[in-house]
Amino acid sequence: MTAEPNRAAYGKTLVELGRRDPRVIVFEADIAKSTNTWRFAERFPERFFNCGAAELNMVCMAAGAATTGLVPFASTFVVFASMRAVEGIRQSICYPRLNVKIIATNAGVEICGDGPSHQGVEDLAIMRAMPNLTVLSPSDPVTTRLATIAAWEMEGPVYMRLGRQPATVLHNGLTGFRIGEMIRLREGGDVTLIATGNMVEQALLAADDLASTGLNARVLDCHTIKPIDREAIIAAAAETGCIVTAEDHNVIGGLGAAVCEVVAEEKPVIVERVGLMDRFASSGRDYRKLLEHYGLHAGAIASRARRAVEKTDKRN
Amino acid sequence: MNVEPDCDALRAMARLLRADIIRMLGAAGSGHPGGSLSAIDMVAYLYFHRMRINPNEPLWSGRDRFVLSKGHCAPAWYVALAHRGYFPRELLWTLRDIESPLQGHPDMRKAMGVDMTTGSLGQGFSAAAGITLGLKTQASDARVYAMLSDGELQEGIVWEAAMAAAHFRLDNLIALVDDNKLQTDGRTADIMSPNPIAAKWRAFGWDVWEIDGHDLMAIHEAVERCQTRQGKPHVIVADTVKGKGVPSMEDQVDWHSLARPLEPAQVDAFLAELDGAKP
Repeated sequence: MTAEPNRAAYGKTLVELGRRDPRVIVFEADIAKSTNTWRFAERFPERFFNCGAAELNMVCMAAGAATTGLVPFASTFVVFASMRAVEGIRQSICYPRLNVKIIATNAGVEICGDGPSHQGVEDLAIMRAMPNLTVLSPSDPVTTRLATIAAWEMEGPVYMRLGRQPATVLHNGLTGFRIGEMIRLREGGDVTLIATGNMVEQALLAADDLASTGLNARVLDCHTIKPIDREAIIAAAAETGCIVTAEDHNVIGGLGAAVCEVVAEEKPVIVERVGLMDRFASSGRDYRKLLEHYGLHAGAIASRARRAVEKTDKRN
Repeated sequence: MNVEPDCDALRAMARLLRADIIRMLGAAGSGHPGGSLSAIDMVAYLYFHRMRINPNEPLWSGRDRFVLSKGHCAPAWYVALAHRGYFPRELLWTLRDIESPLQGHPDMRKAMGVDMTTGSLGQGFSAAAGITLGLKTQASDARVYAMLSDGELQEGIVWEAAMAAAHFRLDNLIALVDDNKLQTDGRTADIMSPNPIAAKWRAFGWDVWEIDGHDLMAIHEAVERCQTRQGKPHVIVADTVKGKGVPSMEDQVDWHSLARPLEPAQVDAFLAELDGAKP
């Protein structure tokens, strides 16, 4: 198989974890069919709790359950996890450092038809501001499975965002997944493209485009937004001279911001940020067209890379 | 287990706890006396008669849990924990100080005996439902006691959790509503009425008991009845007086929280009132 939605990979991994660990329980808020927690529900009904359309109660109940030694996973859409339920995540999970895994699906503009009310494009900014929280955003089914397992293995609160649409397998055979370490997908010395989630595939396509015009781009898969991989960012700045970030998220506060913070402190270079330009998007019937409409695609990443290289050349 | 409580001893303990609440708020300079005093008879009953706990092994997995969902009344919890032996009484005088385990609102990672971090109204109750669910999933017969205030019932999450607890048949969960009828801005009925309280819980599928929240035998009988009924979560709606035990504070909204630090003479005056008050 070459493509599968990351939420499906998550659902399957939950079943795998359910088999390995009786402490794993799953909370859901009436969208099991979409988040894919239905796979766990079918296999382990006695450890599955559908809280109905009540996301704040779901995350606080998960917090309480964690105090009894269980390992709760709680799933809903990104918009609801990061905004409707966020105060519970802050007060009852992050502050007491409880071992709850919030796995939110339908990240970004990508979800398409349902429109802006359901497009979660602020979650990285919000979750990054929570002390004690690890924030994950894997790109493909392979890293989604490995990230889910890594979340289960670590003690403490985790937030992970996953897309809705099929994700191309980019990391076939990968074994060395570590939270907080970006994965280098392409070598290059002229510019570094740092992408997260569904934008990683677009960054690879952009690197192909750039190579055809003689620019060699390094491509990094940033699956961990917090803690951010400072070393990889500093190395990219030092070795390639400029950076482009790409995320299916508001351009404010997410991956691009995290990269800029490190660059500004450690190794100032030009950073161009690709993301939703601080606006609400819209519905769309074809998610690829929708992403393109809002500048979230390989072409935009490549043109911003050229601009970054030009600006850098002018400075030097 | 229906061991009759020694109500005289519990009353004496509650009086001791009330005095320490006043002393610790005097030391801290800020905090919430009214709701701590209205809740303390129920807290004293639970910690000094009812709960299956072991202060020498505070994280024992089979213990009964207490969650103070009305977390601003942390002093009521802290005095009970101190006198029950979870930490030295001297620690009470560090309330709200930097690095004190006794934070302004309960922090389970800092204070021994605190079963859940609370402070944002309604969330502790929801977490208590989650604790009960977690215990039942692991076939534990431990009980979970969650204390809420009447003003707290205005929070939507309370009713989300009430619905869930009934749906999941969490009959090891006992909620206690400290219905002291006042909140920060005034009388609860005037700000945003939660009434009728008992009827709401009944409609949500709970086993409901209405008592005088300062009558120790009534508290005992209600909790006892909750232990024997299966299949539904339980709620005890307790009619209480804010500031109970200190006549000049009683039923006064101004004593919901301290507007300014207490003068030492005020602390002494409140303690004297406590001694003069009818038990």
